[in-house]
Amino acid sequence: MDRMLFVLQRLTALLLLPLIIGHLIVILYAVKGGLTSAEILARTQGSLWWGLFYGLFVVAVAIHAPIGLRNILKEWTPLSRVASGWLSLAFGLVLLWLGARAIQGVVL
Amino acid sequence: MSTLKVKIWRGEEDGEFQSFEVPARENQTILDVVTEVQRQQEPGLSYRFACRVGVCGSCAMTVNGKPRWTCRTHINAVAKDGEITIEPLRNMPVIKDLTCDMTDFFQKWQKAGGTFKGTVTRKDKVVTIPPSSPKRQKADAGIECINCAVCYAACDTVNWDSEYLGPAALNRAWTLVNDERVGNQKEVLDKAIGDNGCSSCHSQGNCTASCPVGLSPSQSIHGLKRMSLLSFLGTEV
Repeated sequence: MDRMLFVLQRLTALLLLPLIIGHLIVILYAVKGGLTSAEILARTQGSLWWGLFYGLFVVAVAIHAPIGLRNILKEWTPLSRVASGWLSLAFGLVLLWLGARAIQGVVL
Repeated sequence: MSTLKVKIWRGEEDGEFQSFEVPARENQTILDVVTEVQRQQEPGLSYRFACRVGVCGSCAMTVNGKPRWTCRTHINAVAKDGEITIEPLRNMPVIKDLTCDMTDFFQKWQKAGGTFKGTVTRKDKVVTIPPSSPKRQKADAGIECINCAVCYAACDTVNWDSEYLGPAALNRAWTLVNDERVGNQKEVLDKAIGDNGCSSCHSQGNCTASCPVGLSPSQSIHGLKRMSLLSFLGTEV
């Protein structure tokens, strides 16, 4: 289990690096002409590419972050290894749900 | 003659420090001081030592907050204003005074696949391994460990997660997976990269900073992590 989580966290980190850079560049670009929801939605709504970009982003975050959280809970709280695992899985599912809702809101 | 003020841990986990004063001599190690206290002042003081010259790895203790070999630590190198604090090693249960229970530490060597399992018998010819081969050099970099547990006591990850195998056991596993004479390298690697293995390490490097032999368990664990990732991706390691 630890080995698989280690590998998944590293691989998702590799994936997240270009996605985060892309996300930051878009933020800088998006605020240039003033930030309005209409402008953002005009760019994202119905866009397959932005859907895929942020879809991948959300999935990678939902895998990457809970693995780190599991280590923190395991090491810094009295929670057992198993309890830390389940709690982190729940956190990952919440991230996935929130992310999916956000994508639904801006892309669909 | 001037004196040294020495605070020594007495009792078990819930013990307390006891203060002693010993003569400050020009050439004196921490182990000399502990021995002087035990011989002259407190015969009931428990501590471990054997060789007294940095070969056996028995006398490691926490000196002024850092794990060290007491036999190779000169008083002048650590005394602060003529004061020294001596405690048992961290991360292991205290048996009494300066002795700790190293059972878990040694069992973790087994859990990390630390037993040597060769491929040949004594009747076979000795296999020639060039000392210059890259794998042998990696193994050689880690083989001088004498199991003193200084790195294990220095490791914060062991402190936070008592199940973590720790730097010494993983360093041993690293030497085995690079040793061509070992017949069960896959088994050793699986144990070292598995649960509570190398992936728990935070690369803080306390082990490397405190190793009295100058080994780098950190580097060995880094090597295991690399093997873990590459073998997952199907790359030959």
